[in-house]
Amino acid sequence: MALDSKIPKGPIADKWTNYKNHIDLVNPANKRNIDIIVVGTGLAGGSAAATLAELGYNVKAFCFQDSPRRAHSIAAQGGINAAKNYQGDGDSTYRLFYDTVKGGDYRSREANVYRLAEVSANIIDQCVAQGVPFAREYGGYLDNRSFGGVLVSRTFYAAGQTGQQLLLGAYSAMNRQIGRGKIKMYNRHEMLDVVVVGGKARGIITRNLITGEIERHAAHAVVLGTGGYGNVFFLSTNAMGSNVTAAWKAHKRGAYFANPCYTQIHPTCIPVSGDHQSKLTLMSESLRNDGRIWVPKNIKDVEAIRNKTLKPKDIPEEDRDYYLERRYPAFGNLVPRDVASRAAKERCDAGYGVNATGEAVFLDFASAIQRYGKEQAHVKGLNENDAALVKKLGQEVIKNKYGNLFQMYEKIVDQDPYNTPMMIYPAVHYTMGGIWVDYNLMTTVPGLYCIGEANFSDHGANRLGASALMQGLADGYFVLPYTIGDYLSKDIRTGKIPTNTPEFDEAEKNVRDRINHLINNNGTHSVDHFHKKLGKIMWDKVGMSRNAQGLNEAISEIKTLREEFWKDVKVPGTNEELNEELAKAGRVADFLELGELFAKDALMREESCGGHFREESVELDGEQKGEAKRDDENFAFVAAWEYKGEPSDAVLHKEDLEFVDIELKQRSYK
Amino acid sequence: MNLTLKIWRQKNANDKGKLVDYKINDVSPDMSFLEMLDVLNEDLINKGDDPVAFDHDCREGICGMCSLYINGEAHGPDRGVTTCQLHMRMFKDGDTIFIEPFRATAFPVIKDLVVDRSAFDRIQHAGGFISINTSGNTVDANTIPVNKHDADEAFEAATCIGCGACVASCKNSSAMLFVGAKVSQFALLPQGRIEATDRVLNMVKQMDEEGFGNCTNTGACEVECPKGISLENIARMNREYLAASLKG
Repeated sequence: MALDSKIPKGPIADKWTNYKNHIDLVNPANKRNIDIIVVGTGLAGGSAAATLAELGYNVKAFCFQDSPRRAHSIAAQGGINAAKNYQGDGDSTYRLFYDTVKGGDYRSREANVYRLAEVSANIIDQCVAQGVPFAREYGGYLDNRSFGGVLVSRTFYAAGQTGQQLLLGAYSAMNRQIGRGKIKMYNRHEMLDVVVVGGKARGIITRNLITGEIERHAAHAVVLGTGGYGNVFFLSTNAMGSNVTAAWKAHKRGAYFANPCYTQIHPTCIPVSGDHQSKLTLMSESLRNDGRIWVPKNIKDVEAIRNKTLKPKDIPEEDRDYYLERRYPAFGNLVPRDVASRAAKERCDAGYGVNATGEAVFLDFASAIQRYGKEQAHVKGLNENDAALVKKLGQEVIKNKYGNLFQMYEKIVDQDPYNTPMMIYPAVHYTMGGIWVDYNLMTTVPGLYCIGEANFSDHGANRLGASALMQGLADGYFVLPYTIGDYLSKDIRTGKIPTNTPEFDEAEKNVRDRINHLINNNGTHSVDHFHKKLGKIMWDKVGMSRNAQGLNEAISEIKTLREEFWKDVKVPGTNEELNEELAKAGRVADFLELGELFAKDALMREESCGGHFREESVELDGEQKGEAKRDDENFAFVAAWEYKGEPSDAVLHKEDLEFVDIELKQRSYK
Repeated sequence: MNLTLKIWRQKNANDKGKLVDYKINDVSPDMSFLEMLDVLNEDLINKGDDPVAFDHDCREGICGMCSLYINGEAHGPDRGVTTCQLHMRMFKDGDTIFIEPFRATAFPVIKDLVVDRSAFDRIQHAGGFISINTSGNTVDANTIPVNKHDADEAFEAATCIGCGACVASCKNSSAMLFVGAKVSQFALLPQGRIEATDRVLNMVKQMDEEGFGNCTNTGACEVECPKGISLENIARMNREYLAASLKG
């Protein structure tokens, strides 16, 4: 099947408006006869479910958590971008569009990104109207901060809990519709298959995680807002339950999987502390507004720090290497995430890592505390030369901005970041790849839509900070509710979709067979045993830097591990109860397939772009020496993989990326 | 360090349940409490026993899913943290640790340490929102200026993670801190004032129907709340409720 992105004709700034003016609509009376399933209740799924219900459709929403409010969007910290230009610093729709395409290293689809930038301002209006308590200035107006990869301040925030506040906003919109009976909410339910009838997505199979009951749910369309697949690495900043299962089942039913190798390794996470580690914790990118990243210049100081004979604050300025400021003077500590992560790895690989494992760099707030402290002393008419006073006042400012992050850090690491620099290291955070969708956010299966992190469309090979929240809400509140209507306008005479059909029988049987296999396997190793092994292969060979040899090894190792898993995994208990090991086993089984496709995609892409760094493709000389080298001639395409059985048999389809409004050039942050 | 764990085991909602002893050795002080339980579960699975069921997800203190009652305190002995952020350095070698589910009539046990907190969702369905459609066609965000003090207070109230520690800590199993936080968030903002009367009446009515107890001002909820939600929110809800009742 040839890929058709269905991008509307016309100038980029008019595409979305023209599209909305010419699509077919469903009248309010007919909407009452149409059912839509939404899987996942994060920013994308939650906002979509609420909006579709408001429009009049009958929505069934599903989440595996005990409440929709707990979806992992809740953990997003720093903020949400919007081209409001409240700061008057030169921001515009075009500039947000441009920054996002450039930040994504020219591997995203122009039309989708422009639309995202266009609706971004509406998100802020909407959220304020629904009572989201964004940070404000003393005059009562909204405050902004700056994020990596941009030269303006366009990020709206609610301390370090922006994701929480936005998700609670979407959850409140859902609650209103649940109360009205327009959304039927299924908590603690996991989607285990998509049902395709006559070539169209017409339902899903779920497992009730409390009772083990396998259920059939039918609808005229199915929407997946099921998040990213970073947990394929075992250790990531994702929640423990975040998984690829819904997306992977969709893939197996005909949805192409796009750019699986595009993964964001976030530069500022708390380093690994030991083998018991179950997940990693992010320290928001917003900290790079005020924190300066450094390692010692001299290896003897590195050793002294590791031996704890020297404190970081006792190393004089001239002996510190603020390597981001040194290498990228224009953007400094606010370079994009992929660049910052690789730079940290480069210093640590060279032996300058500052903790016992050698995998950590400093993020230091001392100069920001000084700067803010002096400012406050000046404002309050106090003595600007009183060091203790300045420090106290400065710490108060930092506490107001990042208090919850500092507290999290202190609880985990047992050090006080107000007085000693944080230690950070890159960790898997977000996946730009995902299910391929067209301009309508529809997958290659008609009637099956994919929104938010679960799709591939807007961030190219690297996502800019504070853009994930923007995309989730844009897709759910403002894009999907229009595009899905155009599709459903052809379904107004279809009537209820029955569940007693051979397609539902077959899908349910598949699900039951697989569960029975896992429960009766009586192997010798736990699910986590296999998940940890998979994570190690992924991190070592498909992680921050990749080469052909390592990727080939990873492909064969993952295949072997998958075979071992099916022979030897041990799942205690039964299906007919709350059985977390069983739920985990199903998710890890899917990660073991995705992981191989991920490595295969990384092997195919012989260029470096964004978060995907191929050691064979670097600039060899000139100003950009050592930086990632993109290959636009051969790789300016989206890789969309079609399922054919084993991941090794997946067939590659290419969607060529055309850059009409933005000139393709090398990303420079120098 | 080596520890003795006394863990509540209950097969399902109908089972009576009991405390069962487990020994666990070589616990690192850098582990989180839930990582310690992961190690125990791995051991149980390898021995062919049933692992202990407990709720958890984000493991960074924000999703509100984890809900353990440890040595008689919701989320354990540390302050300002959820169970997932509690670290083993809070305990010492040789300690015996009691681990139970959050207990309240309105939070029935599902299995082991997992409880059903859907009553919280139902209270939110009754009024935890501003009635505005999500079309995006509202006024520009900066045409609704909000006094910074009020905005900050609304935010403080809105940081509630809905974990239920307040209910578990209260001798009356009262949910007033949880409900007060939501009522306050909206009551403090001009956008939320419009429906303030109906909201507080509806949410309180649902709270009572769910079987939560009354507030007798002991303040245990505020002490155990991992997000430091203030008792002032209960006072504000009471004022809102009184005003709404008089209007009603």
